[in-house]
Order: sequence, then C-alpha cells, then structure tokens
Amino acid sequence: MDSTIATPTDLSARVAEAKERLDAHVREIVAWHFDPATGCPFWLEKAESFDFDPRSDVKGYDDLKLFGHFEDEWLRGGPVRRWVPKGLAGQPLYVFETGGSTGIPKSRINIRDFEIDYETFGDSLSGASFPPGSDWLMLGPTGPRRLRLAIEHLAQHRDGISFHVDLDPRWVSKLVKKSRWDELDAYKEHVTDQALKILRAHEIRCLFTTPKLLEHLCGKLDIVQAGITGIFCGGTEMNAEFHRFAREELVPGADFIPVYGNTLMGLARGGPFDPAEKDYTITYYPPVPRALFEIVDPDDLDRIVPHGETGRVLLTTLTKEFFMPRFAERDEGERAAPIEQYPWDGVSNLRLFSRFQKSVAVGVY
Amino acid sequence: MTIRIPTLRAGEPYYSLELQTLTDVRDGSPVAEVSQTLPGMIARDLDRIEEHRRSLDAFTVTELVEICRRAARLFMEAELPLGDSTQTPDDYVRQLAATAGMPEVMGRANMAKIEGVMSGIDGVLDGLTRGLDLSVLDGGWGSQDGRRLSYLRQTEALGAILPNNSPGVHNLWIPAIPLKVALVLKPGSAEPWTPYRIAQAMIQAGCPKEAFSLYPTDYSGAAEVLLRTGRSMFFGDAATVESWKGTGKVEIHGPGWSKVILGADAARDFEHHLDLLVGSVAANGGRSCINASGVWAAGNGREIAEAMAERLARVQARPLDHPEAQLAAFPDPEIARRISEMIDQQLETPGAEDVTARYRDGNRVAEAGGCTFLLPTVVYCEDPSHPLAASEFIFPFAAVVETPADELLSSIGPTLIGSVISGDETFRREALESLSIDRLNLGPIPTYQISWDQPHEGNLFEHLYHQRAFQAA
Repeated sequence: MDSTIATPTDLSARVAEAKERLDAHVREIVAWHFDPATGCPFWLEKAESFDFDPRSDVKGYDDLKLFGHFEDEWLRGGPVRRWVPKGLAGQPLYVFETGGSTGIPKSRINIRDFEIDYETFGDSLSGASFPPGSDWLMLGPTGPRRLRLAIEHLAQHRDGISFHVDLDPRWVSKLVKKSRWDELDAYKEHVTDQALKILRAHEIRCLFTTPKLLEHLCGKLDIVQAGITGIFCGGTEMNAEFHRFAREELVPGADFIPVYGNTLMGLARGGPFDPAEKDYTITYYPPVPRALFEIVDPDDLDRIVPHGETGRVLLTTLTKEFFMPRFAERDEGERAAPIEQYPWDGVSNLRLFSRFQKSVAVGVY
Repeated sequence: MTIRIPTLRAGEPYYSLELQTLTDVRDGSPVAEVSQTLPGMIARDLDRIEEHRRSLDAFTVTELVEICRRAARLFMEAELPLGDSTQTPDDYVRQLAATAGMPEVMGRANMAKIEGVMSGIDGVLDGLTRGLDLSVLDGGWGSQDGRRLSYLRQTEALGAILPNNSPGVHNLWIPAIPLKVALVLKPGSAEPWTPYRIAQAMIQAGCPKEAFSLYPTDYSGAAEVLLRTGRSMFFGDAATVESWKGTGKVEIHGPGWSKVILGADAARDFEHHLDLLVGSVAANGGRSCINASGVWAAGNGREIAEAMAERLARVQARPLDHPEAQLAAFPDPEIARRISEMIDQQLETPGAEDVTARYRDGNRVAEAGGCTFLLPTVVYCEDPSHPLAASEFIFPFAAVVETPADELLSSIGPTLIGSVISGDETFRREALESLSIDRLNLGPIPTYQISWDQPHEGNLFEHLYHQRAFQAA
C-alpha cells in the first residue's frame, strides 16, 4: 500500500487530533479576548451582557454557540480602536476594509495576522512552481484591502519582490451597477496594460490575480510562455468551469491554485488537484485552527448539514487579534469531508448564497 | 432523459461544467441542461473570429443563398443534431412549449415564418440591399447600372442577444450568413431551441460550422458579446438596452409600443376594422414588439374599447397542446401575477378603466393545463398622459386612447409599427412625415403583418456593410 494514502482509521485519528487542537486553541483565544488585561474593549463590554462566563464556560469549539452569531454590522464605522486587544497595545496597527461599494465599509484591525496567514499559505506552495527567490505580480484589488500588503509579504516571505498595479474594485462595482460596460472594459484594459508592461520588463514567475483579470490577461499574452509558473487566483467567486478553463486553456502547464479569503478570515486554499482525474470541483479548506467553516442549514444555523449537502457558510476566526464567532457568510456550498492534508471540513462549489443572488453583483473584477 | 445542450464554439459542441436546468412550465420537471459559457471563454473564442468568418469566403453569396434554401427544408422537416441527441420538428415544437410556454400551434406557425425567410432569403436580401447585385460582395467591388460599387464589411461577426418571447425574431439575424458575416448568438435563457435548430439546419445544409457560435451565458457574457463583436443586435426591455443606445455598433430591439392609429373617418367606422384591431393586439399571443399595445383614435374611443374588450374577453387560457391555444404561458407564474398587480396599481391613477374586466369571467391571471396565463386586457384611457397609455406587456394588452385628430400624431410617442388608417389625405401626409413612427403601415394593415424585405429597427445590410467611395484603374 502507498504509505502516503491515509487509511480511514488514520484519517479519523487525524480528525480527532485536529479537533482537540482546535478546542485547546478556542480556550486559549477566548481566555485572551475576555481577560480584562488582554481583551479588546468591544468584547469586554459585550461580555457584560452575557449570561455566561466565556473564560470558564467555553471549553471547546462547540461552546462558541453561547456567543450567538457575530454580526458584521458591528465592524461598520468607529471607533475602530475598540477592536484592539489590550494585550497588543502599542504595536503598529493596520486597518483593512471590506465592502464599501455603497455605504460605510466594514473595517478590521490587523497587526500581524495577515502576515501569519500568508506565511502559512506560502509555506504550502510548491517550490518548483513558486520558486523561492522569484518575483511576483499582484494583479488584484489594492487600496484599503488586505491583499495588497499580504501578497507583498508573501513574496518577501519567499525571498521575492512583488510588483503591483492599482485596482479599485469599488469603481468596478459602480460601473457594473450602472451597466457602463464600455467603461468597465476600458478600465480592465488599463489595468491589464500595466500588468503586461511589468511582465515584459521584469522576470516574473508567480502571479496573484482574480478570475476576470486572468481571463483578460491571457487574452493578451501567453503568460506561461512569458515565464509564469505558479498562479494563485481568488478575490471573487470561481466555479469548477472556470477552474477547468484556467487549467485547460488559459494557463495549461502552470500550477493553478484557487483560494478563498477575505478581510475577516485568513486564506482557505483549494484542495489538491489530480490531473488524471480531471475533477475540477473546487473545495476550499480553511486554515484551522486560526479560522474555520461550518456548513449549516440556512434556516437553522445551529444544524450542520451532512457531508455532500448544501448549506450556508458559517465562518469563525480565532486569532489573538480578532475573535469572530460563527458569522453567517453571504456564501453557500456543499460540505466537504476532511482529507489527509486537511483533516477538517471544507466547502465545495462555493458561491453566493442563493437567497442573495438577485441583489448582489459578484465576480465583477 | 434530460437533454444536454452544449455551447457551440465556432460550431464545435462544448459541454460546460456550469449548467442551467430548463424546466417544464407545466410541472417543473427538468427538460434540458444547458451548458453555460464563461465570459472569458467568449472573449477568447472571439480572438479567432476573423479566421472563423473566413470560412464563409469559400462560398459565393449565391451558394450561401442556396444553402439557406436547403436549410429551410431541413429546419422544417429534418431530424437534426441536438447536443448528443437529435431533435425532430415535433420535438422542437414540444420543447419550445415546455420551456418558453409557447403553445404548440403557435410554435408551428413560427416555424413556418422562419422557413419562409430562409427559403425566400434571396428576396429578403434583395429588399435589404435595394436590389444590389450581390456578387459585389464576393469580389469586393463590381458594377451595376454602369456605376462602380464597393461595399466594406464592418465586422467579422454579428453578435445577437436574443429574447425568449417569440421564435419569429430569429429571422432578423439569418441574412448575416449569406452576407458572409459569422454569427455569435446568446440565446434567451428559456429558449435555446430555435437558434440551435437554425444553426444545425444551416450546418447540415453545407454552411461552415465555424460561422456559428452559440453561447448560453449570463449578463456579463452578453456584455462580452456586445463589446467584442463589431456589430450586434440586442433584444431587451427598455432598462436593459438603455446603456447600449447610441453606440452605432449595437442595433437595439427594445419595446415596440406599436399602435393602430385611426383617423376621424376610420374611428367613426371602427367596427369595420375590428378584426384588424383585435388581431394586432392578440396575434402570436401578443408577445411581440410588432403587436399593438395601443389603439389611438380621433373619436369613439370608449366604443372602440368596449368592442375590442368584448371580442378579446372571449380568448381563453388553454393548455399548450390545445389546437386553438391563443395565449402563451408565463414560465414564471410570479411574473404574471406581478404584471397583473402592476396594471391594477396603475389603474388606481384616475382616468383609466380595464374594460375587459366587465366582459371576462374572473381574474386577469388564469390557469390551464398546469400553466399560468394573463388574459387579454383592454384599458380605456381618457387621458393620453395616463401611465397605461404608454405601456407594453408580454401578453395581449392594449390601451385605447382618444385624442383630437389634429393632436393625434404628435401625441403617440415612440411607435415601432404604426398602422395608420384614414382616408384623409392631410392626416395620411402627417403620418408619412411623423418622426414617431418607425415602420409605417399606411392603410388597413395589421401591425403584425410585416415583410422581411422591408426591415424595421434598422437594416441588417446597412448595419453590416458600408458603401465606400471607390475607383479602379
């Protein structure tokens, strides 16, 4: 038997082990956020209204239900410092935004989280397709978003340099909402032209971009021919058909890694792809224990759906910088079973929650 | 077994992992899985459109006309490829009914219309080009009546964002093939059947498959088609087409607001024209932009509305396979209910009455054979500025508006087809000069009676070709 293939018993043991680690991590993070000496003003004030003591009553992940559901509205507006844990006071702060095409964006403070998340992800990349010391192009949303700095840090973590192009996704959303397609096309050209100049002028091996920009870029240049060997792609919704299109037509031969992430969590990586099987289903596995998903019944957020069934994504982030218990994301997908590499649940075919589909434009840049 | 409908990428079937399931309007059972195309895939394919279009250069216009004629018979009679299966003419009619709600009897009538255009394509081209010797397009230039002529093709492909409402509209893009322009079609979400069948008939008749791309896709894929084809046509509602107006590249086919306009004499004699009035509103299920949504009269408005309502209230909701079905079903019953509620809300604005309500039994929303329909509705508007006077819906609906003869033609607003009936020479002259009317039917001609050699909403030949100044020595 191939020693690299986990037997069911091995996998069960690994799942149980991961759950134990998660429970221990939960206890540590909850203790930190609800200790008056280390917690942030938001949670310490909130705790005054709880009918339980987080530090003594939360013994593992399942007890996070006591907190109900995190509401992302709490992140809109200030004072943003109410989210800074006292235990991290005095350290340089970043603030990253999400949303904001209309209304006040949601803000999340960061100190080192984005660096840790991208280092962890970076350490999972293949050295052959993302060669250490090689340079990167980051062709995605910039401005007050985490991605701009995170990709740069990832490149630096792998001894590389990251080149950038400006991209304002809020402007793109406005163009889509107003059906100004020709302007949208012109903006895409403008962004892609800058990327082409960088690719032609420098020796770039690794690329981060969004699905739409990858399509557009590949319409202008055979980027594999131009030297790109590793691509990780995310930022907007991506389906199995896009995955197949990318691997078969846009960048055949390059290492293509779909990722799912946002300002509220770390980075979930697409599971392994076997070229022989040609199963293009994208299954994301979260960076447990720092963040994890549950796939739940949208009408009963406490009920986890069976493996293979569709549910809404419930996202939990557990770091010393940010505690976000059981936030109902705007996404849905099928609950995926643990695998050897990721002995915890993942989510397949991630897409906008079907009840929101008529009101939100996705995947526009 | 559920039918699998692929994307056609320059004629090559491609089965996507992203599928849209089409269901039967009667019971929600799955009918077909339609491969959905990524916008980026459309853009990538269109990078090679010049090469694909060149496949048509291997034929003369005359040969392509002959292919269209052969295709007409195949479209009407043959068992043609449909994905990994086949489709007989009867299958086509049943499938169209199942997903688009078009009664089978109407589906067959529309088939005949398409067959008529394909088999008479030489006459259509003659009309579009005003009698041009089409060999000019084979050689790039030629002589006619002693004058040198040259026409420059403006695009490699004609893009078309197509509707669900009626198969007859597909006649508008068919002439692109003998005019040696490739087609990039985005079918309506509930009606891939007609463009797919026309394409297959043409390919079976000898047309190079590379000339046909068919991309079921979403709004961003449609935008990709419109942006990346040099010339296109876009069928859609007023809000959807608005952002594409005025580009010169996109021929807009929005709401028609077609009307029958009765001068004072014809209004007095309206009973004589009642068949025409009723037919203009109700033919083909009232689904087309060439159906009348207004009857504007210089007198007798109330009487005209009463007479039309009495006649149209006889139209019943019938199952889609009924031989006398006159109404098309709404694939989404909720849309039918919302349209009906919208009409009722607008009727609360004083000055309008649903006259049919007094003649029909029950509600405007009706059900039959598992389908939901809207029954014909005639509204009498005392006030030409009432919101319902300028409304158009996808079922037999008409507002009857009375206006003094000398104000009539200046009040009607945009009118795709205006059938103007009057013996008054001054009134007829005003109609001829009216900028509000696109296609003018002067005399007692129903709005739906069109001839394909007299194009409205733009001439396809002029959309695709530009006559250039030319000398040769």
